[in-house]
Amino acid sequence: MPTKTVLAENVSIGFGRHTVVAEIDFSTDSGALVVLIGTNGSGKSTLLKTLAGMIKPLSGNALVLGAKPGTRVKNVGYLPQHPVSSHTLPLCVRDVVRMGRFADLGLFNRETTKDRELVEIALEKTGAAEFANKPLRDLSSGQQQRAHLAQVLTRQAEVLLLDEPTAGLDINGRKLVADLIASERARGVTVVMATHELQDAENADTVMLLAQRVVSIGAPEVALRDEFLRECFGFTQPH
Amino acid sequence: MLDFFVRPFIDDQQLRLAFIASVLVAITCAVAGTFVVLRGLAFIGDALSHGVLPGIATAMLLSISPIVGAAVGAAVIMGGVGLVSRRYKVSADTAIGLMFVAMLSLGVIITSRSTNLEEDLDHILFGDSLAVHSTDLVWQIIALLLVCLIGFIARRPFLMMSVDDGLAQTSGFSVSLFHNLLLAMIGLTVISSFQTVGTLLVMGMLVAPAASAVMFARRISSMMLIASLIGIVASYLGLLISHHFNFAASATIVLITVLIFAICAVRFDLMKRRNLKIDELPHQHEHNHAH
Repeated sequence: MPTKTVLAENVSIGFGRHTVVAEIDFSTDSGALVVLIGTNGSGKSTLLKTLAGMIKPLSGNALVLGAKPGTRVKNVGYLPQHPVSSHTLPLCVRDVVRMGRFADLGLFNRETTKDRELVEIALEKTGAAEFANKPLRDLSSGQQQRAHLAQVLTRQAEVLLLDEPTAGLDINGRKLVADLIASERARGVTVVMATHELQDAENADTVMLLAQRVVSIGAPEVALRDEFLRECFGFTQPH
Repeated sequence: MLDFFVRPFIDDQQLRLAFIASVLVAITCAVAGTFVVLRGLAFIGDALSHGVLPGIATAMLLSISPIVGAAVGAAVIMGGVGLVSRRYKVSADTAIGLMFVAMLSLGVIITSRSTNLEEDLDHILFGDSLAVHSTDLVWQIIALLLVCLIGFIARRPFLMMSVDDGLAQTSGFSVSLFHNLLLAMIGLTVISSFQTVGTLLVMGMLVAPAASAVMFARRISSMMLIASLIGIVASYLGLLISHHFNFAASATIVLITVLIFAICAVRFDLMKRRNLKIDELPHQHEHNHAH
């Protein structure tokens, strides 16, 4: 039986002594899309940070690519919700995207032609090539988000953890993200994505509805039933 | 003309020595200052520059090298900030503020116990580039090489931490390790520079040239280069002015770095406005056609 790319068994997540979400159970295979939906503070970002190895799980067993979160850094890409990318950062987009290769390069390895090619491919895929030589600080939030997406793609990861990848993007940008996720999944990449948008869950294999606890989990038609949505958001989808 | 601008550096050996020392300080501060500005560490840099005072004063009382004392003072500040913020759950800037005033007060108390030290206090705080010895230059060159080495080895995690700590962490770099390495680099810069520009004024050299450079640079290496050039120009002008008009040399150098920042800021504003106007041009054109 192939190893589950992401596995959570009775995992509790939180900070210090504060539990944000308890008893999370789910697992994914290669090429799967898991969408985490919930309001602000529901635990989506905390779960992604836990899977990225930035926060230790409070209890339970969490594995990413068969190892403890944060261990297989070369194979796991993480897109934070709002990359700090200060207004002062003088780097051009291409240099920001190149950082996506640093996990592979470590401190001392020199950038190769292959690394540079991966950067250019990611810039093209995300539509960031047209402003690749512009400083990040001069760009709109949507353009900055494309640059950060390109950076994550250059990692060539087997698992992508995306925290609101469509934030700040217009309709074209949102379609681009959906297409990118589809193409990554086609090459066997597992995607775990947090979002506020219910339509982002359309193509998901698994949807997890969070409200400081797991309200529902399963295929979209199961997890997004009216009773669960009402419980989570206080309203339901128009039919 | 030549007499005014060049002759003092040819005739006065001490002025020449001061210029070399200031150039070394300018380059060291440009490398460390680039990451101080990008990572927003000016306050911890300020605390480090002031916090070395009790270390230096104690070392002078014990007749040991003030550099050793400054290193101990810097280590106490860095350790204290880490301990207070972690153990007592106060924000980092509160911990920095507490350690900063504690160390500064301690330094003033120690110096007030000795009349000799009171006379040296001005020198420690404001430096005296015209009192630099050739042996100081050796130490400054070593510090510059060390700072450049740290900057080169840790350039990737330092860069990523300037974007997002999470990015560095999820790329396999320990944020706490490299943050502490960055603090050590700032500490080393302060220690190597205080004899030339003083503990109070070294902040100006750390922040002002890098803050000017960040407005125009497109890469980290070009930011360091521009900051170095600004520091070198300020060193030359500061020493020249202080020579001709009998001003305090270190303070003049630092004031010039801040004046250069003000000029750069105005220039940056003008550039932004011009770019905005250029951006608006096609829209105006489209607008006219629509009518």
